[in-house]
Amino acid sequence: MKLHYIAMRLVKTVLVAIAVVLLSFFLIRLAPGDVATVMAGQSGYADEAYMKSLRAEYGLDQPVPVQLWKYVSAVAHGDLGTSYVRSQPVLTIIMERLPNTLLLDAFALVVAAVGGIWLGGMAARRPGSAIDNATAVLAMFFYSVPQFWLGMMMMLVFAVWLGWLPPFGIETMGADYTGLARIGDVALHVLLPGTTLALYFMASYARLTRTAMIEVADQDFVKTARAKGIRERQVARRHILRNALIPLITFAGLQASILVGGNVLVENVFSWPGVGTLAYEAVASRDNPLLLGIFIVTAVLVSLFNLVTDIAYSIADPRVELGQ
Amino acid sequence: MTGFARRFFSRPTAALGFAVFAAIVLIALAAPLLFARGPFAIVGMPLLPPGSPGLPAGSDVLGRNMMIGLAYGARVSLLVGISATLCSTFVGILLGAVAGYYGGLVDDLLMRVTEFFQIIPAFVLLMVLVAFLQPSLTSAIIGIALITWPNVARVVRAEFLSLRNREFVEAARTLGMRDTRIILTQILPNALPPIVVVSSMMVGNAILAESALSFLGLGDPNLLSWGSMIGGARSAMWVAWWTTTLPGVSIMITVLALNFVGDGLNDALNPRRRR
Repeated sequence: MKLHYIAMRLVKTVLVAIAVVLLSFFLIRLAPGDVATVMAGQSGYADEAYMKSLRAEYGLDQPVPVQLWKYVSAVAHGDLGTSYVRSQPVLTIIMERLPNTLLLDAFALVVAAVGGIWLGGMAARRPGSAIDNATAVLAMFFYSVPQFWLGMMMMLVFAVWLGWLPPFGIETMGADYTGLARIGDVALHVLLPGTTLALYFMASYARLTRTAMIEVADQDFVKTARAKGIRERQVARRHILRNALIPLITFAGLQASILVGGNVLVENVFSWPGVGTLAYEAVASRDNPLLLGIFIVTAVLVSLFNLVTDIAYSIADPRVELGQ
Repeated sequence: MTGFARRFFSRPTAALGFAVFAAIVLIALAAPLLFARGPFAIVGMPLLPPGSPGLPAGSDVLGRNMMIGLAYGARVSLLVGISATLCSTFVGILLGAVAGYYGGLVDDLLMRVTEFFQIIPAFVLLMVLVAFLQPSLTSAIIGIALITWPNVARVVRAEFLSLRNREFVEAARTLGMRDTRIILTQILPNALPPIVVVSSMMVGNAILAESALSFLGLGDPNLLSWGSMIGGARSAMWVAWWTTTLPGVSIMITVLALNFVGDGLNDALNPRRRR
């Protein structure tokens, strides 16, 4: 039965990907002008005949359904078009930057999960205590602060005033570290942008863990565990926390799309050479194919990540039998 | 209504949030009367610290009065935040009501669409929309409404789903009322409390989204907003902390006030949450 659930989720992921491509096709038509006007503008001269030949070359003179079919099959083959500015395939440019973004996100998610679960666990143990109220206030604060501005303030304090951490980039320029020294250098650089990204999610994980733990603590199997004489610490860790963490898996999937938005802003503040900074560069240089390509790639990645978290959830929670 | 007001203002955070928000609205409305020269006028040397003569909030990179910029920035934030939320609430109510009331295929379709919007990276879609439509106040409002309406639709649908078979609705049907009238005069008024709460929280998120757009240079080029003030002052951040700090604090205070109001509304409108 679980296989059935996983198969249904796979189908859903494919449908989302198709919907993303369809949406992209209509987004292209929103922009004023077409490829021909942009190319003609770059070449410096444009008479009617040249425009016409360009439109024929890109298939813009064909009926919309034909254009749509060509677009869909091109994207399905990994062809996301060519960057206006860099004259390179969009997918190549994105893939070059992707590992840096994944590194940043992995760091942020681990920090957020470890910190959030720890804080949430402390808060759940004594609802209404100082630490419980502190996590509530912090969550409210991080929901209300623009992420890019939080990053700038972190930079101002920890890089400019205190001078503890490097403010920009992924490694020290011109230092040419190798091996362990390089890993240490990158680790130092990931701290500020990674923590900035993590803080928002840490606050929500803490609140969620707290709620889930209080809810689970009320259930019969916990009472049974206590009645059997298991020590309170064991009950909290083995019985309550483990079960409370299950909804967190789904939550991580649902928040992945928010994480991508954070990438654009935070990477940009810290000049982190990832996909987020690339999106900003695409906006600044009016490179529409690149910007749209980033939307398609990140949307597909997020839906894949959702697929993984849903499968992980179905494995972690034996109650999931049939997909809805 | 008085009972509602008493419940709302009995929460200190809700009262504070309301007072702060009212003050920001006043500043936004009064900005053109107080500072007739507008936010772009150059008034003195660049990067003068707060407290310099005539410059309570200092001057920015170009020597413009930051105080005026902050006041005018409130106009953009509130205008975008409130308009986008109104558009998104309107669309959300319309589609959510139809889906929740009739169910069936329409409902399935709407649920798939809202799921789709939950999965795709909304902010990147917003950037694409605004960049393709050309950055302006209107494109920011349309873009933000487009990525947020599913949140309202979900809430409205759930309310309609639970209300559509209640006795008072059955009674209206027996009286021969038409569907549109039942939806508008019978169910919608009863579904309003959660919609009001969601909308009040959305204004804050819309303000955050607008500030992020402006920060990235996707704001209206003819208007000074808090986000564009921060974006424009990035090069001066190292030497003049106030150029980036003050607009950011303004955003934070506004959004925080709105979230307090939303929390207060939630408590005052939802009798089950009252303690």
